Amino acid sequence: MATSIKYISEFFPEEKYTNDDFFKEFPQLEKQKKSLEKIGVENRHIISKSETSLDLAIKAAKKLFKEHPVQPNDIDFIIFCSLEFEYTLPSTAAVFQDKLGLSKNIGAIDIVSSCTGFIHSLSVAKGLMDTNGHQNILMLFPSSLTKEFHPKDYNSKFIFGDGASAVLLKNEKENSIGQFVFGTDGSRKDYIIIKDGRGRNPINESSYTNNINEYGNVSCNANFFMNGTGVFLFGIKTIPQLINDILTKNNKTHDEIDYFVLHQANEFLLESIRKKSNIPKEKFIIHLKDTGNTVASTIPLALNSLMKKGESLSEKTVLIAAFGTGLTWGGTIVKL
Amino acid sequence: MSLDVFVKQVEEEIEDLEPGTLTADKDYREIEQWSSMYALILIAMIDTEYDVTISGEDLKNCITLRDLYTTVLRKK
Repeated sequence: MATSIKYISEFFPEEKYTNDDFFKEFPQLEKQKKSLEKIGVENRHIISKSETSLDLAIKAAKKLFKEHPVQPNDIDFIIFCSLEFEYTLPSTAAVFQDKLGLSKNIGAIDIVSSCTGFIHSLSVAKGLMDTNGHQNILMLFPSSLTKEFHPKDYNSKFIFGDGASAVLLKNEKENSIGQFVFGTDGSRKDYIIIKDGRGRNPINESSYTNNINEYGNVSCNANFFMNGTGVFLFGIKTIPQLINDILTKNNKTHDEIDYFVLHQANEFLLESIRKKSNIPKEKFIIHLKDTGNTVASTIPLALNSLMKKGESLSEKTVLIAAFGTGLTWGGTIVKL
Repeated sequence: MSLDVFVKQVEEEIEDLEPGTLTADKDYREIEQWSSMYALILIAMIDTEYDVTISGEDLKNCITLRDLYTTVLRKK
């Protein structure tokens, strides 16, 4: 038994937020335009107030059933990977099962993971297929992170966008997913965090006090916070080593990899990693211009961009690697 | 490798700034639009060109490009 990434569909909310919109909202940043453009994002989609990440996941899944030869009744396990859920309990995966009218004889779990979410979910799904014989696992990666931003947090507003991908994993004869490498460093939990609103720090009066960083960007403890410089340094230090570790664990060399698909955090960081790892441009996928960083969805969206180009990925060997909150990182090699 | 070349490299990377805005001894945080993006550009340029990864602490301790250049030499 072996897992393969069979089909991917994507869905984005209607509302767009372009760079023109951004510079109208933050005219003081117009002077930094050329530098900010190195981030590589021109357009993002923004979820409406009345929608949730579950709504995005449902729409992505419905597109999957419409666009590919798979039916709702084929699904025998659901993984709902996000940072935004419908309720504290029950799981959003259970709500999804009902909304899509899927079989009641299936498993459904939430995975709380951000940018490393695709790697975490894929590893769990592969384990389920290997050990429990599942045939068609549906993985959902919706992000509605923009709801968590402080209105004046221009850094996050420039980088991130909302959207969802639905990925169907199929149990096939040929093994197409390799060995995983993982990393976790909880000592750097504060690098990307929403501090208040859960068990440790319930919302209190100070949760909405503005925190202004040395460059003038604004957040507060009730909103999303990212230490951009810290994350960038983490990325350029950790990810080239992660790439080497994935190659070693899978007995592969750089030359045997057809494509490197990394979490699409931002183009500037990705380019720095690419240069450090000596990866040729033509093998290194950049896909975030019209979506922004969509958290756990960026790798499936990037893989889908290759598929949509009509490029035959059959027998292509792809290294995937992701990194994000926790801090966490991980990756593997897949054959598409 | 020289301070002049270093300053020129930084100037080339930060395209928003008019040539001459940055000098070796200017407190770069006093530049009106100095931003976190420029800090990332400095980190990346030093990493790529000099194979030195400077830390957030290094950046905090530097005021001028001369300081930064000295830090790069020390860490190389």
